[in-house]
Amino acid sequence: MENKIKVTGLNLWYGDNHALNNVSIDIYKNHITALIGPSGCGKSTFLRCLNRMNDLIRNIRITGDVVIDGKNIYDKDVDEVSVRKHIGMVFQQPNPFPKSIYDNVAYAPLKHGQVKKGQTCDDLVEQSLRRANLWVEVKDKLQQPGTSLSGGQQQRLCIARTIAVQPEVILMDEPTSALDPISTEKIEALMLELKQDYSIITVTHNMQQAARVADYTAFFHLGLLIEYAETETIFINPVQKKTEDYVTGRYG
Amino acid sequence: MKSDPHPFADTHLRKRHRRARWFKNLTLFAIGLSISFLFYFLTDMVVKGLPAFQQTYIKVTIHYTTQSQSNPFAALDKSYRKIISRAWYRALPQQMAVNPALLNTQAEVWALADDQVDQYLKGHYHNLKPKERTLVDHLQAKGEVVLKFNALFFSHSDSKIPEFAGLKSAMVGSVLTLFITMVLAFPLGVMTAVYLEEFAIDNRWTQFIEININNLAAIPSILFGLLGLAIFINLFGLPRSSALVGGLTLALMTLPIIIVSARAALRSIPDSIRQAGYGLGLSKLQVVQDHVLPLAFPGILTGSIIGLAHAMGETAPLIIIGMIAFIPDSPDSFTQAATVMPAQIFTWAGMPERAYIEKTAAAIMVLLGVLLSFNGLAIYLRKKFAVKW
Repeated sequence: MENKIKVTGLNLWYGDNHALNNVSIDIYKNHITALIGPSGCGKSTFLRCLNRMNDLIRNIRITGDVVIDGKNIYDKDVDEVSVRKHIGMVFQQPNPFPKSIYDNVAYAPLKHGQVKKGQTCDDLVEQSLRRANLWVEVKDKLQQPGTSLSGGQQQRLCIARTIAVQPEVILMDEPTSALDPISTEKIEALMLELKQDYSIITVTHNMQQAARVADYTAFFHLGLLIEYAETETIFINPVQKKTEDYVTGRYG
Repeated sequence: MKSDPHPFADTHLRKRHRRARWFKNLTLFAIGLSISFLFYFLTDMVVKGLPAFQQTYIKVTIHYTTQSQSNPFAALDKSYRKIISRAWYRALPQQMAVNPALLNTQAEVWALADDQVDQYLKGHYHNLKPKERTLVDHLQAKGEVVLKFNALFFSHSDSKIPEFAGLKSAMVGSVLTLFITMVLAFPLGVMTAVYLEEFAIDNRWTQFIEININNLAAIPSILFGLLGLAIFINLFGLPRSSALVGGLTLALMTLPIIIVSARAALRSIPDSIRQAGYGLGLSKLQVVQDHVLPLAFPGILTGSIIGLAHAMGETAPLIIIGMIAFIPDSPDSFTQAATVMPAQIFTWAGMPERAYIEKTAAAIMVLLGVLLSFNGLAIYLRKKFAVKW
């Protein structure tokens, strides 16, 4: 099994608050890894360390290594903007740009110079929308605003927008928590399809979701990585008492 | 003791409802009072100002003679001397000098009447002598005295002869001044707001800048006039009373207003849009330029137009830098002496002649009209550029 991301000794402080405490974890290629844990446990913070989104927050201090494809992304010679191009991100609230569906998908690849306007760009938009299982629903209204779609469609548009940039890893920060069960199901099915081409790391509060989609699950608590194993192990036969208490709903 | 009529009976409730009604009536009274003030002000202005858009003209026969070349009063019958504008007489020798062929000819024209005749016809106070009044009445009966649209009011500049005074130099001055203000304050203000909202790190230094900008927005405008006088005129030696200095001074005054409103517009853009951009690997500039600014633009524009409208109605700082001067010719460059509409209103309001009362009111109407159209433009642009979510 190929290793995609190797995190060693990752620490993060918000001011004096030690939010991530010596986290080390290996994330595997073409698998879905779920991060679970109670609110404030640091799972979203950890996720945002993987594409250096935390750099946007002031008063933050990070130590440790996040090695992706053999390169530590916190090295001095790495530009965080380039990291975010390779490590895509989908957010909790669907946040399409207030532009047309087409522009939502085409904007970033055009800016990155990955495609030129015209047929190649049209092809990329179609391919990305198909990949996100949205093409059939929107192919006749590509010029309508992305915000006119339903919540679930908007989230799939955001996924299409992310994969249009051709990342290798997709980070998802509670991608279904704002969606109804049917939209959630579609997103989950999509995640299972996408893992063939991408490594997916998702944060979720929904333990059934983790059990349904994730190959590996990491349980965080108070900034510590308590347990990390195959999803089945975490849910059926956890080693740590805390993990067992959490996944069985005894606290959280 | 009476039995309870029903389970929802509440003896205190009536009192509470009464208090609520009383409070509602009080708020209604407040709004009614402010509307009636506004209504009174506007009606008074229109009633006083409307007559100024008409001016009296008298039909006369001009005799272009050698005598009238040196003494223009000889061009008309002696009886017209007091009822025709002095300014009209004064223009005659010039007319003959330009066109010598006029000598020894006659012409029947409508001549501008004296302001006293004008006021008499409009039913205001006047100091015409009985003899002149009879003459005017007589001419009016013959149809040789009429009220026409006062084109002079817009094509002439200020004059000490009330019937000849117009708003042109003030309008041109306002346009030139506001141009300077806009060209300077809009880009500077928007840039500052973008820096403070999108790029600046929140530390003591930026907080200090922020507090100062908010304070600047509340400084009495006359102090900006003193600042303009000290810096632009005394230090830089720019020409006094000019639209350039006026525009620079007003730009200083408008800057904090534009910054504050532009920052509010930028702050109202949800962070999720920025996150989406950064998540795709866009640079800060791409996020700000392509996603944040277009969304904030209608708000920035509205704030800026309101700020400029504010600057347009400003008088105090311009008095300090000398834009209150008597300007008989409209300026045609930024460095010539100029005046602006509100300053012109101020000047006319202090004139002793009765005829200036209606000029003042009319100028206020023009200014209000311009300000209202500015606000209308702001609303239109807001609607036009608004992005649907």
